[in-house]
Amino acid sequence: MSTSTIANPRDPYARKRLSRTNTELWAWLFMRVSGVILVVLIFGHLFVNLMVGDGVKAIDFAFVGGKWSSPFWQVWDLLMLWLAMIHGTNGVRTVINDYAEKHATRVVLKSLLTLGFVITVVLGTLVIFTFDSCPPGSPAELLPSFCTAA
Amino acid sequence: MTATLENSTAGAPSAAGEIPSFDVTIKVRRYLPESSHGDEAYWDEYKLTMYGTDRVLDALHKIKWENDGSLTFRRSCAHGICGSDAMRINGRNRLACKTLLKDLNPNKPITIEPIKGLPVIKDLVVDMEPFFASYREIMPFLITSGNQPSRERIQSAEQRERFDDTTKCILCAACTSSCPVFWTDGQYFGPAAIVNAHRFIFDSRDEGATQRLEVLNDKEGVWRCRTTFNCTEACPRGIEVTKAIQEVKQAMIRRAI
Repeated sequence: MSTSTIANPRDPYARKRLSRTNTELWAWLFMRVSGVILVVLIFGHLFVNLMVGDGVKAIDFAFVGGKWSSPFWQVWDLLMLWLAMIHGTNGVRTVINDYAEKHATRVVLKSLLTLGFVITVVLGTLVIFTFDSCPPGSPAELLPSFCTAA
Repeated sequence: MTATLENSTAGAPSAAGEIPSFDVTIKVRRYLPESSHGDEAYWDEYKLTMYGTDRVLDALHKIKWENDGSLTFRRSCAHGICGSDAMRINGRNRLACKTLLKDLNPNKPITIEPIKGLPVIKDLVVDMEPFFASYREIMPFLITSGNQPSRERIQSAEQRERFDDTTKCILCAACTSSCPVFWTDGQYFGPAAIVNAHRFIFDSRDEGATQRLEVLNDKEGVWRCRTTFNCTEACPRGIEVTKAIQEVKQAMIRRAI
């Protein structure tokens, strides 16, 4: 016969307490602020790419190459990438917190989320800063007009 | 006056003051671990003849007193003040003692379940301890410093008005157990605890606002609120719960910036 331990019925209910920092406060505030900025950035992006001039038909390598040769669009796209990725990742983190019932599920899902975030942001940033608008040896009609033929 | 009234109803003496009655089916979610159903919850149906003035609580009383004495539910005052009989009626959290049967469409079966998110002990009775633990954590009592004043702590009508809405809470748990965030793992403080913190945070006589805001700044605190408004809809006292939670968030942001 083994004795089983019975939980003390008068034991107070215990909350799993981990942090008392302002992290959640800043995360919440970031969502509001970045949301407003992203509305401007994304609609500006869509307008410039799809409506101005020849509209959607103008998009090709030369169009993108021309845009990224200007620091203004580099900063615009970089801001869009970072804000959208942090905003979206934090949103999905919230969804995981709300719907994953087990701690282990949360850890796995959040690790995958972080991995996806890091890959996308690192690759995206790398492309924006190292993009070569005039790759040598390419046919001139595919390149932006400012490229001098190699 | 009385004579006039009697004259006007003289045409139909039997109908005067008669309350319309109707047949209604009540479906109750039962949980009786010691019964043959074991740990599985099951539905029981009762067919009753009720009157237009009857509330859901009257139907439950009729079942318990005349049909099935094993049905278990909480109720104390039966007049919407004690907050004992919050339950999920037709999928919405309400007080059984404030819900008239005739308002619920008696043509269809009326479903009654225990409130969600808290462990069920028996039938409609849930373990309220996690709920009250969160309530205790926000320190629901006056916190002051210095000597006790020799007279009342005076407050202007405007200062009292500031937190008037949240003083109405009766701790029935209808809001907290209607919150989808609370359903997930029960770690979230819940609307009721935040409402009762709000009652003291915005009280001009209280000096414990900082401590209370710190408690609710926890990762399970106000920031888990998704403003789904389930709590505001569920509150039998008509407290604007979501608004109160937003005001607490605002106070925290002001403090941090």
